[in-house]
Amino acid sequence: MDRNQSRRQIAAMKQSLFDQGLLDEQFIQLEELQDDANPNFVEEIVTLHYRDSSRLISSIEQALKERNPLDFNKLDTLMHQFKGSSSSIGAKKVKAECNLFREYCRAGNAEGCMRSFQQLKKEYAALRKKLEAYFQLARQAGPQETACRSK
Amino acid sequence: MAITGEIFRQNLTEFLEESLSPSSELHVLAVDDSLVDRHVIERLLKVSSCKVTVVESGRRALQYLGLDGETGSLGLDVSEFWYLVCGVVLTLVSAKVNLIMTDYSMPGMTGYELLKKIKQESSMFREIPVVIMSSENVLTRIDRCLEEGAEEFLLKPVKLSDVRRLKDFIMKGKVKEVEKKSLKRSTIVCNILTHLTSMRSVTIIALTIILKEC
Repeated sequence: MDRNQSRRQIAAMKQSLFDQGLLDEQFIQLEELQDDANPNFVEEIVTLHYRDSSRLISSIEQALKERNPLDFNKLDTLMHQFKGSSSSIGAKKVKAECNLFREYCRAGNAEGCMRSFQQLKKEYAALRKKLEAYFQLARQAGPQETACRSK
Repeated sequence: MAITGEIFRQNLTEFLEESLSPSSELHVLAVDDSLVDRHVIERLLKVSSCKVTVVESGRRALQYLGLDGETGSLGLDVSEFWYLVCGVVLTLVSAKVNLIMTDYSMPGMTGYELLKKIKQESSMFREIPVVIMSSENVLTRIDRCLEEGAEEFLLKPVKLSDVRRLKDFIMKGKVKEVEKKSLKRSTIVCNILTHLTSMRSVTIIALTIILKEC
């Protein structure tokens, strides 16, 4: 695949992620922090986010199993962390789902929490899959394709 | 013993005055319990040409600044004493933080509690500007922080433009204050050292007496 074609494909992929409401401005902000010395900064941050997310999803899952009654405070705290991490990489839809979950927590709505969490996991998995494809393409095309800042 | 102390103190004062002279780089201490956010804020600050130290909690921040209250106790033996003095000196010289940026919601010590602790300190530390970062736009929270002396309250995710603006603001203040402060700081340090040096003499004398009695 020639350089221009790669570049167009990456740009199109990124645009699609924005159009679908999966990513927001924060993702662009992170890209602007990349340069020749740090060409994979965004991917590194997103990888750290996956690490956080896996841990938090497990913890939330565990907390949701401990019913009678549900510890809404604990769930809210965990989700606050998950939301923060998602927000930091620009994961727009996932963040919105986090907010919904927290509203259910505050309302003490256990069913709402469970439903929202299932949806959140779906959104998270979908975004992760798409980002993995995006970064793979970006890496193949070379650092010039994603780095925005000049040194 | 007293003479050695005096010479040491004089050399140290000169050394400190040189080290405490203005540098063009801002040293920022960033505090956040989130791994992702620590990496992001570090990058934001480095891109803005700041020296960065990142820690994961309020307690670690206080430790770094030398304010955790664990470095002051009587009844030290001689070698411990000098470790303490060197530690204090190194902390004062290398820490030299120009700005603290802390997350609000952290387990253990919140950013607000960290802010309060710093503002309760002696003048040198109290004057370090503290900025609070939070993902939640809660007016009462913002008011509380500003009332307690926070320089600014930033909404997360923090942007490059936020950091640049902060840096400009701090640099302006820094240039104005630095001459006043440099002399003041070395005076404070001198006083501390004099006190410690005399403490040492007392400790040595006490130890000598005790040993003689044995």
